[in-house]
Amino acid sequence: MSVATHEGGSAAATTQPVLELTGIGKHFGAVQALAGVDFGVHPGEVVALVGDNGAGKSTLVKIMSGVYQADSGSMRVDGREVHVHSPSAAQALGIATVFQDLALCDNLDVVANLFLGSELGAKTWMDEVAMEKESWRLLRELGAKIPTVRIPVASLSGGQRQTVAIARSLVGNPKVVMLDEPTAALGVAQTAEVLNLVERLREQRLGVILVSHNMADVQAVADRIVVLRLGRNEAEFNADDVTTEQLVAAITGASDNVVAERNARREASGGPA
Amino acid sequence: MSRTQVDETAARSDLIDERLAQDTGLRGALDAFRRRVRDGDLGLLPVVVGLFVIGLVFYLQDVTYLSSSNLVNITLNAVPYGIIAVGIVLVLLLGEIDLSVGSISGLSASITAVLVVQQDQPLVLGLLAGAGTGAAIGILYGLIFTKIGVPSFVITLAGLLGFVGLQYVVLGDTGTINLPRSSALAQFAREDFLSPAVSYALVAAVAVGYALVSIAGIRRRTAAGLPAQSVTLVLVKAAVLVAGLGFLTYYLNIDRGWGFAVVFFVGLVVLMDLVLRKTTWGRHLYAVGGNVEAARRSGINVNLIYISAFSLTGLLAATGGLMFLARLTSVSQASGSNDVNLTAIAAAVIGGVSLFGGRGSAYSALLGVLVLTAINSGLNRIGVDSSVRYIVTGAVLLLAVSIDAIARRARASSGRG
Amino acid sequence: MSGSVSPARLGRWAPPAALVVIWLVMSLSNPRFLSAVNLTNLMLQIVAVGAVAVAVVLVLLIGEIDLSVGAVSGLGAAVTAVLSVKADWPAVLAILAGLATGALVGLLHAAMVTRVGVPSFVVTLAGLLTWQGALLLVLGDTGSVNIDDPQLVAIAGTFLSPALGWLLAALVTGGAVLAIVGYLRGVRPRPARRVWPWVVAAIGAPVAVAVFNADRGVPLAVVVFLLLLAGGDLMVRRTRLGRHAVATGSNASGARRAGIKVDRIRLAVFMLASVLAVTGGILAASRLLAVNQSSGSTDLMLTAVAAAAIGGTSLFGGRGTVWSALLGALVVGSLANGLDLLGASSPIRLIATGLVLALAVGLDTLAHRAELTPFREHSRPGP
Repeated sequence: MSVATHEGGSAAATTQPVLELTGIGKHFGAVQALAGVDFGVHPGEVVALVGDNGAGKSTLVKIMSGVYQADSGSMRVDGREVHVHSPSAAQALGIATVFQDLALCDNLDVVANLFLGSELGAKTWMDEVAMEKESWRLLRELGAKIPTVRIPVASLSGGQRQTVAIARSLVGNPKVVMLDEPTAALGVAQTAEVLNLVERLREQRLGVILVSHNMADVQAVADRIVVLRLGRNEAEFNADDVTTEQLVAAITGASDNVVAERNARREASGGPA
Repeated sequence: MSRTQVDETAARSDLIDERLAQDTGLRGALDAFRRRVRDGDLGLLPVVVGLFVIGLVFYLQDVTYLSSSNLVNITLNAVPYGIIAVGIVLVLLLGEIDLSVGSISGLSASITAVLVVQQDQPLVLGLLAGAGTGAAIGILYGLIFTKIGVPSFVITLAGLLGFVGLQYVVLGDTGTINLPRSSALAQFAREDFLSPAVSYALVAAVAVGYALVSIAGIRRRTAAGLPAQSVTLVLVKAAVLVAGLGFLTYYLNIDRGWGFAVVFFVGLVVLMDLVLRKTTWGRHLYAVGGNVEAARRSGINVNLIYISAFSLTGLLAATGGLMFLARLTSVSQASGSNDVNLTAIAAAVIGGVSLFGGRGSAYSALLGVLVLTAINSGLNRIGVDSSVRYIVTGAVLLLAVSIDAIARRARASSGRG
Repeated sequence: MSGSVSPARLGRWAPPAALVVIWLVMSLSNPRFLSAVNLTNLMLQIVAVGAVAVAVVLVLLIGEIDLSVGAVSGLGAAVTAVLSVKADWPAVLAILAGLATGALVGLLHAAMVTRVGVPSFVVTLAGLLTWQGALLLVLGDTGSVNIDDPQLVAIAGTFLSPALGWLLAALVTGGAVLAIVGYLRGVRPRPARRVWPWVVAAIGAPVAVAVFNADRGVPLAVVVFLLLLAGGDLMVRRTRLGRHAVATGSNASGARRAGIKVDRIRLAVFMLASVLAVTGGILAASRLLAVNQSSGSTDLMLTAVAAAAIGGTSLFGGRGTVWSALLGALVVGSLANGLDLLGASSPIRLIATGLVLALAVGLDTLAHRAELTPFREHSRPGP
């Protein structure tokens, strides 16, 4: 298993991972959820994090977003070792998370949701004009199609809501954006829209971490694919030269034997279109 | 980055889209209004319609119902309930409830009365003590709610019980304390009215202020390249404001005019509306009411929001209690009874605040309390006794929450919320 | 999960412990507290609140609340009293009419909750106001109706003869002993805590009857109350309705997906609750020989809710037993009765009840939280 690691600040900016985790371990009671996991993302790179249920994906995501703290291992942002105690600490370090349930307030409008918790203006009174202007800028950057920013989020479609959630992660100029199952609840066209957004994020030189179950999405948009299995690094692929069969084999843990081939065949023929 | 030129045009087209969907002039405003109603966002519509119906019905029963002196009485009677209802709006916006506002109001009024009347303390000290009691109780509720996690309706149910008891203890054996009518507090709620000149000046100031602030807003938005409502619309609204408020003032001035307490209450509502809509705190309040988890993940100090809202509700309940003391010039064991509780809660709900959190405005308290006081006054006039008043209030409350619940379903069924 | 004493355990043992403490303190402060006369009076006092508390327990079990039980009990009693006194209806018919009023009220509440979707605490808050108004309307101008029908008066005024009392005690003890033997021989293999209530019943019944007989005998009202409790308990634990009600309370959408007609359960429970509330009202009216404007007061509702919560019924729904109404009513009633004997004023009583309620609810909340997070501290509703 080789994960691209570049020690020290002397490495060129293009090759230094913006976020890097080494030897991460985490256990809940007797259950070892993660053991010695290495993971990293470079600026302008889309890394997909895949694995079966219970592989430790969401635990790793929660460690990166500050919800959990790792028991062992280290975490670096721009080469500096950091400790992330809370979600707000992660945000301050430039790690933004788009949760699967989006965490939007349905009763508030788009602008209010985008800037929730980091409103612009003086300490008490908000600057609505600045926020609305900035909202349009963010949404345009993403090429998003939102009819108006002054309607409650409740009346937006699923894809539009996902767009708002992604745009919201960009408030505060993060370095890394983590997307947890962004296409899970979406239709075909809306999924394509969200994948476009992911590519826009890459164009803006952000590090993008994509957690997904959907192999087609992962292969369509990711540069690199990291597979977790039973809390360990199982494999790492370049997205351009990996087949769905190989991915599925890595995820399910079956290596190059007859069973694996059978599994891979069966998965491939009945699996993603 | 080099996206200025291209994106400006893109922005324009976005904005044009929005302008079409939004209000250009009067017709656009009407269209937007119609769309909102269809989507189950009824706002203040039912209650305004309700007020008209109530006025008409009682006017047909008794012509003097709409007389100037009766309307002045309605405004004066509405004040204490209304102030408490503003507090209820805050907790309801959070999706919580305070069932003990009546008890808090009674207890605070008792403390003030005992200090001022029995112990001859200065009025200011008494008022501060009463108001402080309310705020302290609210903070206590907030702490129990956030630190232990007891549901608010249970905490405040226990509070209702406990503070009624405390009120009896404070009042002591006499059971009733009378406030001298000459007291500044009583004068404020009973005898002090704006002079006609001042009242018209105030109306003019309100309308001009509204227009100036709105036009400044339009300038800023236009300068930022954002869509703005038309100046014509603002001027029309200001004119309507002048005409409406001016006529109301003229009509009330036939009798005594605007009471100081009424102006205080309305000012409080306007202030609370601004705080809710324009400040970070208000935004966070709505966010917590809409989706606590999302608010927490956004880094909002959710506990602080809860505690501050509960304490403000306690403070407003206490203020309402002091207004009762001032208006009735007495406080007794019956002060702050269930009637007060229910009327205040009903007023907020009738005014359109959703029980499910996150939806409603400060003006709900004003309109809701006007509806209830108007009904009460009307039923009194046609000689219906208190039993029917209870039933009618209960029925109106039920009607209001039913509208809320059904509107919520309409939103849900169109894939919203 | 920390410490040797789990909150859930504490929650189970706190109410009886509180009762023991209150009885100890009260009897030490005033020896008259434990006299046969006073204990009989205490039981008569708690019967009405207890019946209303049963109603509250049932509603809490399905995860709803009924804040109108006080007003409804007053309204039902008023209907009964007015029909009996002013319309000269026979007692039985008047009582049935009162109970039917309760059923109708419960039907309305349930319709608002299930059909319109208004939260029950608001429906019943509006109900509290409305039914109080209806109570005043039924009572008419005088505001008070004195009961003179001998049968109505007899409900709370009848005491069983000593022999009959002992027969009852023998029946209860006999039944309890049979149940205990069943457990011991493993015929009904159940956890030990299921045995304790039977032991309490086996010992408690003769002791209680001895105390009652030292005064005027076993009050009929107390027997009625105990029958209500036993019937309610059987219904909750042994019938399909009860099982479905508990399921609805602990997870309504889960229950619905399991094919339970949740709305029908709610309808049944709200109607039953209102009928029970009226039963409490009639018991109270029979004891006080009158129904007046204060019959449906909020005090009664608050005391009943407090009793249910203090007795150990969870305000979060789905957890609790009908017997907690007895336990809670005993705690609240003993507190009030004892403070009365000590000459404390009614405000002190209100404060004490409020404090005990707050304590009980605090325990309940801790227990509820412990139940929610058995393993994972950070678990959040998510994927």
